[in-house]
Parts: sequence; structure tokens; C-alpha cells
Amino acid sequence: MARTASPRRKALVTAVAWAIGFAIFFPILWTILTSFKSEGDAIASPPKFLFFDWTLENYQTVQERSNYLRHFWNSVVISFGSTLCALGIAIPAAWAMAFVPGKWTKDILMWMLSTKMMPAVGVLVPIYLIFRDTGLLDTRTGLVIVLTLMNLPIVVWMLYTYFKEIPGEILEAARMDGAGLRAEILYVLTPMAIPGIASTLLLNVILAWNEAFWTLNLTAAKAAPLTAFIASYSSPEGLFYAKLSAASTMAIAPILILGWFSQKQLVRGLTFGAVK
Amino acid sequence: MATQASRFAGRLMISPAVILLLGWMIVPLGMTLYFSLLRYNLLQPGTESYTGLTNYRYFLTDPAFFTAMRNTLALVGGVLVITVIGGTLLALLLDQPIWGQGIVRVMVIAPFFVMPTVSALVWKNMFMNPVNGLFAHAAKALGLAPFDFLAHAPLASITLIVAWQWLPFATLILLTALQSLDRDQIEAAEMDGAGPLSRFGYIVVPHLSRAVTVVILIQTIFLLSTFAEILVTTNGGPGTASTTLTYLVYAQSLLQFDVGGGAAGGIVAVVLANIVAIFLMRMIGKNLES
Repeated sequence: MARTASPRRKALVTAVAWAIGFAIFFPILWTILTSFKSEGDAIASPPKFLFFDWTLENYQTVQERSNYLRHFWNSVVISFGSTLCALGIAIPAAWAMAFVPGKWTKDILMWMLSTKMMPAVGVLVPIYLIFRDTGLLDTRTGLVIVLTLMNLPIVVWMLYTYFKEIPGEILEAARMDGAGLRAEILYVLTPMAIPGIASTLLLNVILAWNEAFWTLNLTAAKAAPLTAFIASYSSPEGLFYAKLSAASTMAIAPILILGWFSQKQLVRGLTFGAVK
Repeated sequence: MATQASRFAGRLMISPAVILLLGWMIVPLGMTLYFSLLRYNLLQPGTESYTGLTNYRYFLTDPAFFTAMRNTLALVGGVLVITVIGGTLLALLLDQPIWGQGIVRVMVIAPFFVMPTVSALVWKNMFMNPVNGLFAHAAKALGLAPFDFLAHAPLASITLIVAWQWLPFATLILLTALQSLDRDQIEAAEMDGAGPLSRFGYIVVPHLSRAVTVVILIQTIFLLSTFAEILVTTNGGPGTASTTLTYLVYAQSLLQFDVGGGAAGGIVAVVLANIVAIFLMRMIGKNLES
């Protein structure tokens, strides 16, 4: 594992890595390519890779036939709504646990994490019935509530690990200078905490956007986000590949871009600080 | 250092999160437990009656339950084997100096960000479809008969799809762990005459073992809840060939409207997940101490 590899070795390793990376990425690339084909080209045999008549008509058709933008907007509202709610609840909690730790702080943190371990099917029946009886089935509000609670432990944990890294001396210095609790939070902590909060927001939006248990079980037509809308494309064999691809591409593109920014936070957020 | 006032403020700030999570955990779980003791079918409202452990007896002796347990173990185990071995190899590869490392990294990580319904549909239609899928085209080009993946090997096909989604996660975590490896240690071993294999066996493997454990535990928690991929590709079929515990509970409660039976299955799933969770929590807890 010498850092000064010979150029030949480096070229070989590079070729292997690119080949594997391309193979892993290929299904996504293929979906994007197919979204620009006509339905005929999409199922052509042998398959057409790059030389076909590029068209945007699928994107137009998907929007016209199914009101795609409404589902897209549902996804935006649900993922950002639940993330902002979770942040609103978690920021004070994580702040308190990081800066005024008590005897029970660690136990509370561990307990919060344990709620995340509960499999969703374990509470499917009651949540479904509660939602049915309170009229929350197939509403965005209902999904925002469920996804907020579902991701709250991760949000608290991520924020906690970020806040923990803010040096306590800074707080003491601010207190010495006579800053009150309010000033301390507003002028000292907030600016230092913003990067951590931003990464938490990013990762949580991604998780909520892709969540596909509750969104599938608790929505029908009206509040269906993209996960549920795409599932409805599970349609007759082979006739709608290009449209399916267009709908899929639009559904995953925003998250692929957000995901590119969040690579580093991903490890930290999803392992609860167990791997850094 | 913390004053009385700030301690009080601290408690006040933690309480909304605690109360909400407590409610989120206790209320539905309590209801599930309660329903699991009832004869309760949504198609026959008003006929709920207490039946003790009948639902459990029924659920646990149902042949579908054994199939589902076997399928769950096969799915989780299969995905774990593929992602841990593949992830380790990929992480070792990406840790080497290569040209365009950033781009390769992005390509490898990308599947993790694809929503489960999209990846399931794309694989089902555009790759595994026996008529128009790319695999069928490839088979025809080689002069072989196309294979109907989801009809003849449903569980293996779903395992492949889910493994594709989770391989990036394992790779990314193992790569992060690999990059925190102390280079001096390896160089010292090299100077002492340790070959590449023994360097790998005695330094890299022990260093990675912790990360591998984390990958296994976290993935298990998520994989036990695999749902969308099954719903979209096979609906648990043919028959119950690709029904997992999660899917069985869903089918029991929301397709057959058997709330009591579904609830009993849900409790079984909670118990199983908790067995895994205990180990995971212990590991994370240890990390919190240090």
C-alpha cells in the first residue's frame, strides 16, 4: 500500500475502479438515457445506447397525464416539512444535552436511538387506524407527523455529535463577557452550529424523500409523494419504459445532487458517530 | 459549572423531544400489543373480542410464517454477505491512488440516493424483464434463453436489487474507516518485512472489524424493514416465495384486514429487531463513553 505507486500499477487500478464504478452506476445512467428515447427505441432489440432520436416528449407526457408536479411538490413539502419540524424539536434538545449534560443525558440519548430500532410494521396497524379515524390518511400533514417522529432520533443524534465539537471554552468566555443565555445562543452558538445543522438538514431531507414504507401505506392519490407515485407505474409489461424512466429521472435527480454534497455527513449521520 | 437555572432550562429544552418520542413509541406499540390479543377484523366491525394468545398461536404456526422467516433470513443474510464482501473490496480499491477518484466515488455511492420504488421498478422492467430487459437482450445475444428472474428466482432477484442499494453504504463506511488507518503502522510493518497478505491480515482486518460490525448491525435494522422493493417487484410472490416478515404483516393487516393477526406479527417483528438492536446499542454506547 505504498503511496508512491508505479504509473503502470496506478493505470491498472484506475481502469479496474472505473469499470466497477461504471457498472454500479449503469442502472441510473441507463434510466436517464431511456428517459430521452421514444417508447419504440426504449425497448429496441438490440438496445440502443447513445444513437437514437433524443426527445423530451416523455417528460411532457408524464406531467400532462399524471400531474407529476403535484407529486413532486408533495415530496418537497413532506421531506422539508418533516425535516424542519424535527430540527425545531431537536435543536433545543441536542443543545441542552451537549452543553448542560445531566446525569441522564447518555441514557436519554441511547433510549432515543432505541426508538429508531423499532421496525415500522410493529406499529403499522395502530398508526393506520389512528390516521383513518382522525382523517389523516392520505394527507401531507399526516406524513409530516410520522416522518418527523421517525427521523427525530437521527436528527437529535447528528446534532448532538456536531454540538459536542463546539469547544466549551468559547461559551465560558462569552459568559465571562456577560452574555446571557439568549445572547449566548444567538451570537455564539448559532454561527458555530450552522454547518452541523445544515448537514443534518441535508441528510434528513434525503432520508425523508426516499422513505418508502409509510409513504406507500398511508397515501393514496392525493398526498402521494414521488415514492408512491412511481410505485403506481408498476404497470403492464414493457409498454412505458421511456415514461417510467422520465418519471424516475425527475424523482431521483434532486436527491442525487443533494447526495453528492452530503457524502461525508452520510457516514456520520447513519452510524450515530460509531464510525468517523 | 451548570447553574440551577441553566439546568432547568436544559430540561425544558429536552422535554418536547422526549415526550414526543415517548408518545410515538408507547402509544402505537401499546395499541399493537392490545390488538394482538383481540379477534379483530376490519371487515367485521364491532365484533372485536378478547382471544388471549390465539393470534400468536395462529401466526407462529402458519406455514407462511416459516416461509417468511426463512425468506427474511435469506434476504438479510444475502444482502449482508454481498455488501460486506463487495464493500470491503471496493473500499480497498478506492483507497488506492487512482485518477478521477472523486468521480468513481460518486458513481459508486449514487445508488444509495435512489428511492427504493425507483430502483425496484428500473431493475424489474429494464433489466430483469424476460422480454425487453437488458439481461434478456444479453442472453439472446449470447444465444441463451432469457431467464425470468422475478418469476423463477424472486428472492434472489430482490436480494440483488437491495444489495445494489446498500453496497454504497457499506463501501462508504468501510472506506472512511480505512482512511483513518494509521499509515505509519503499515510502513513500520513493511520495513519489518511483513508481506502484503500479512499486513492485510494483521493490521487492516482488525482495524476494519469494528466498522464491519457497525455496517452489519445498521443494515440489519434497515433490511428487516425491506418493503417497497417487494411490493413493487413481486408482491411477495409467486405464492409466498418472496414474502418476508415485514411483508407478511403488511399483507395480513392491510390486505386481509386481520388487525389482530397483523398486530401479533408486528410484535414478533419488534422482538426480532430488538435482539439485533441490543448488540448495536451496546456498540454505540461504548463509543459514547470514550
